[in-house]
Amino acid sequence: MTPELNAGTLLNDLFIDTVSISVPLFRPELCFIATIVLLLLCRMLPLLRYVDSCGIALGGVCFAAWFAYVDFIGIGNQVGESLLSTSAMRQELFGGLLVFDSFTAFLRLVLAGFLILYIILTKLSGIPDREDGADFYSLVLGSSLGMCLMVSANNLLMVFMAVEMASVPSYVLAGMLKGRPASSEAALKYAVYGAGTAGVMLYGISLISGVLGTLVFPDISVEISRVLAAGGTSGSTMVLCLGGLMLSVGLAFKLSAVPFHFWCPDVFEGAAAEVGAFLSVASKAAAVALLIRVAFAFSMPESGAAVGMSGNLAALADSRHFVVYVIGLLAAVTCTFGNLAAYGQTNMKRLLAYSTIAHAGYLMMAVAAAVAMVTISPEGARDAVTAVAFYLATYLFMNLGAFGIVALLRNRLKSEEISAYAGLIRVNPGVVVAMAVVLVSLIGLPPLAGFVAKFLVFSSLVDAITTGAESPLMLSLLAIGGLNTVISLFYYLRVLKVMTFDPIPEDRVSEPFPFVSISGAMITGLVIPVVVFGVFWSGLYAAAHLAGAIAS
Amino acid sequence: MAPAENPAFWPLTLIVFLPALVAAVLSLPIFPKAREEIIRWITFATTAIVFLLSLWVAVPQFFGTAGAGQFVVGQPEMQGVVKLPWIESFGIEYLLGVDGISLPLVVLTTFISMLAIAASWPIKKHVKAYHVLFLLLETGMLGVFVSLDFFLFYVFWEVMLLPMYFLIGVWGGPRREYAAIKFFLYTLFGSVLMLIAILMLYFTSDVRLLSDEQLIATHVVQPAVAAQEISSIRSAESAIHTFNLMALAAVGQLPNSPFAATTVWLGMSLETWAFLLLLIGFIIKVPVVPVHTWLPDAHVEAPTPISMILAGVLLKLGGYGILRICYPICPGAGLSLAWLVCGLGVVSMVYGAFAALAQTDFKRMVAYSSVSHMGYVMLGLGVWSAVGGQEYRWDFWAQGVNGAMFQMLAHGISSAGMFFMVGVLYDRVHHRNLNEFGGIFSKMPVYSGLAIAVFFAGLGLPGLCGFIGEVLVTLSSWNYSRILAVISAFTVILTAAYILWAIQRVYLGAEYRGPHEDALKPMTPRELSIATPLVFLAILFGVAPQILFQYVTPSVNQQVETLANWTRDVHDGARKMIVAEAEQELSDGHDVVKGVQSMSDEIASRWAQD
Repeated sequence: MTPELNAGTLLNDLFIDTVSISVPLFRPELCFIATIVLLLLCRMLPLLRYVDSCGIALGGVCFAAWFAYVDFIGIGNQVGESLLSTSAMRQELFGGLLVFDSFTAFLRLVLAGFLILYIILTKLSGIPDREDGADFYSLVLGSSLGMCLMVSANNLLMVFMAVEMASVPSYVLAGMLKGRPASSEAALKYAVYGAGTAGVMLYGISLISGVLGTLVFPDISVEISRVLAAGGTSGSTMVLCLGGLMLSVGLAFKLSAVPFHFWCPDVFEGAAAEVGAFLSVASKAAAVALLIRVAFAFSMPESGAAVGMSGNLAALADSRHFVVYVIGLLAAVTCTFGNLAAYGQTNMKRLLAYSTIAHAGYLMMAVAAAVAMVTISPEGARDAVTAVAFYLATYLFMNLGAFGIVALLRNRLKSEEISAYAGLIRVNPGVVVAMAVVLVSLIGLPPLAGFVAKFLVFSSLVDAITTGAESPLMLSLLAIGGLNTVISLFYYLRVLKVMTFDPIPEDRVSEPFPFVSISGAMITGLVIPVVVFGVFWSGLYAAAHLAGAIAS
Repeated sequence: MAPAENPAFWPLTLIVFLPALVAAVLSLPIFPKAREEIIRWITFATTAIVFLLSLWVAVPQFFGTAGAGQFVVGQPEMQGVVKLPWIESFGIEYLLGVDGISLPLVVLTTFISMLAIAASWPIKKHVKAYHVLFLLLETGMLGVFVSLDFFLFYVFWEVMLLPMYFLIGVWGGPRREYAAIKFFLYTLFGSVLMLIAILMLYFTSDVRLLSDEQLIATHVVQPAVAAQEISSIRSAESAIHTFNLMALAAVGQLPNSPFAATTVWLGMSLETWAFLLLLIGFIIKVPVVPVHTWLPDAHVEAPTPISMILAGVLLKLGGYGILRICYPICPGAGLSLAWLVCGLGVVSMVYGAFAALAQTDFKRMVAYSSVSHMGYVMLGLGVWSAVGGQEYRWDFWAQGVNGAMFQMLAHGISSAGMFFMVGVLYDRVHHRNLNEFGGIFSKMPVYSGLAIAVFFAGLGLPGLCGFIGEVLVTLSSWNYSRILAVISAFTVILTAAYILWAIQRVYLGAEYRGPHEDALKPMTPRELSIATPLVFLAILFGVAPQILFQYVTPSVNQQVETLANWTRDVHDGARKMIVAEAEQELSDGHDVVKGVQSMSDEIASRWAQD
């Protein structure tokens, strides 16, 4: 105890850390909070009740996106000017609970950009209605706030808090369609599953913290290598493994990875398509980002700590091996199961749910490759993280486009069954072309963005194979990924087949919306990036590459 | 190099992208669907312009100009190379060029596309969508033939899939959905394997291994700023990967080729794996027997013009890929797996011929004849790497490859013609049952005469285009394996059997026995104007094959000679060197067992595919 550590200096330090370092880099989240407060305030004051909550939410999100953009450009310029390594670009916030780096900045920008498009889409598709608007948007923004924290988590406790913060509003969102039993069922299933996995994850976190004596990410790898190098006779290795597996249960739930995916199809089918879009894009992006953060924490040697610890570093290789295999096996199973299960679906939202599961598998393959290469080839690891970031950015447009089309068609056709789309090409070719672009991009065919994303994932796997990082696993992941691409062709094409080849059903309720409309423009706006990023992807790749800098 | 500075930029770019551009314009709502005639004529004009453009590049003397971007006959190197950066972080380039191997195929594609659009007039369903998809398909096909960047090649390769799926699936026959998805599935499976091979090659390649001359010759560096770019390559610390097909080939043929030195799985080198994966991708397209089953379905169900495209152009993509990519990049694997390629070729040759004999559906018979004929292409390409070991005379290889190239072009003409002839008949009587025809000659004499000429071209009658390729391939294979040569010679008899039998049942015979007899009207002028050029070319190339060989031979011979020298200097040369070194060590009194072991280890590590 040094004498100067009295309450006054402590408070002063805390104040300085919060106001001058943390808050300026926390502006997007603050925008979300302010918007939520504003939304709820408007509900209470009689005069302001007539203000459209969608407008408020959109305004708040635009501010958040602007700040996220400024932060991203700022960190991009820093890298460009000084060519600093990432460890120097890291900025720990709020006493090390959060971390701000290029990865945080990129994903926050993706999330905020998604929210802008998303809120416009919900306005056009009419869910939520005016009455529910304030509730809906405050839940969405609250959940997004949790996702921003997931993306920037730097502490296992923060991981739990962020996951819960992102999940709890989602449970309510799943039950938004109050009149429909399916929606309530979805919400209940989701909540029960979420609560269960959260409990397991929390238990895992406590086990890990018990063995390692720390919750802070940068310290975890140091402590792990110390514990493992000391020998596993004490049983601490076993506890550590168990803790890690339990932690991965919570993450796998958020990722909807097999075997923790059961909620996903039911929730997507029961909830509104708009909610499905939110869960499949934003929630997935945040979950993958968190997976990367946690996986790196358990496998990446802390730079600077390497001096005189070479023995301990070798011990860290065991931990890395474990992490890679857990993620790799989950990825292989998730991808294969998602694609096989999607084959039999008749409901479009269910099909997209399984497609989401499958894509989580592809994303996790790249994460596994990144972790495998983290010491052998930092550049390769960076490329793998880049692949993930790129994938998430393009996935935003593909999946939001798909769910948007489903939502807009639902308003006209009063159905979300695939069979209801029969012969749509004759009535509304524009929507079918847009859907074709989106689905073909999800298959991963050039010249669309989905192909580039898949290309980058596969190239990170090949990179891992050629550099000799966990080659056998990476080789089998590559084979499984390739095979899955072929399998996925079936069910995506089946939707297109129904839309184009099949005759118009007799009992069609009403005609779909005219494509030359605001809704059509929205869909076009979502589809054009899918094509543009498929052909001219240098710019987006450069941005994602910046985000990938956390690996090198 | 900016587009404006490179005069070769526009011809090739326009040839590839004009169809896609017109497709984009056509798909705008300003073209009402009802104006079908206008859409047809715009599309036809587009394909005709693209054909003329490709002729302008290929045959400058027709146009009386010898400008930049036009092909110089007799020069084997890549010409009209366009090189623009595309994705710099991966070194992906917009790299186009033509040589004597690709240029004839480009002209064939533009020619068949033009005729296929002319043959599309009977299409009445969703005319606008049909023509838009057709034009996209044409862009994909042409792009594959001219791209020299592997990534670009793959993009174009995949771009063809979706239009073709819809063209078969919407405008096809009764089982069109099944045929369409089967086509898509087979091809996608092959292309995923190809993607994996592309990535493996890319991540192992390193342009720093190439000499300065090679860097310039393979267009890795711009000639104008060569010194500067070479010095930046030389000063690079880590490997510089490349998608440049010519550079990949140069790297693959180096004595210290990283492709041969890297072992991937099951003790086989990366070269062998890449060769196998690429080969599977390409033989699905060719198609070769175990993976050919998509073809009869797709051909039978597709509408006539699409069958013409499928048989006339799409099958050639496979052969082109093997010739352009598999062999030059993975020469070691090509040499050791020559038996596989040759064997597959002969099996499909014989199997396709027997299957054709068994068909009662006219179109299905023609489809199987394609399998059989493309078998000759495979055999011709395969004997390529066959000679080696004792003598390094490459004339036989060159003969086989020239024959295979000629066979591809001739088959493009004759099979497109055969499918068109079947389509003419089907448009009238709406059935294709071989046993219900007969006596067509007396009802439609002009048509029958043209049809018989085309079928004889397919049969390989001397004086017609089918003969040259088959005879060259058969002759060259004699030197590789006499059994294979004998089998392929005997297949000609089978070919004659099914084609003559079909002619007999359809065109000759006493009387017509099927339905719609009164619909058997003479050919319309439109149909005549499609059939006549095909018949004319079938005769012309049969009588004067030199017209095609003057383009094909220089490039083929150069590639064959390069690979022959590679076999002598690198493959066998390095092995002899190792053996000599080991013998030297042995005579110096080393332990015999140890010496032999180290020798075999060294051989195994350097030539793991042997």
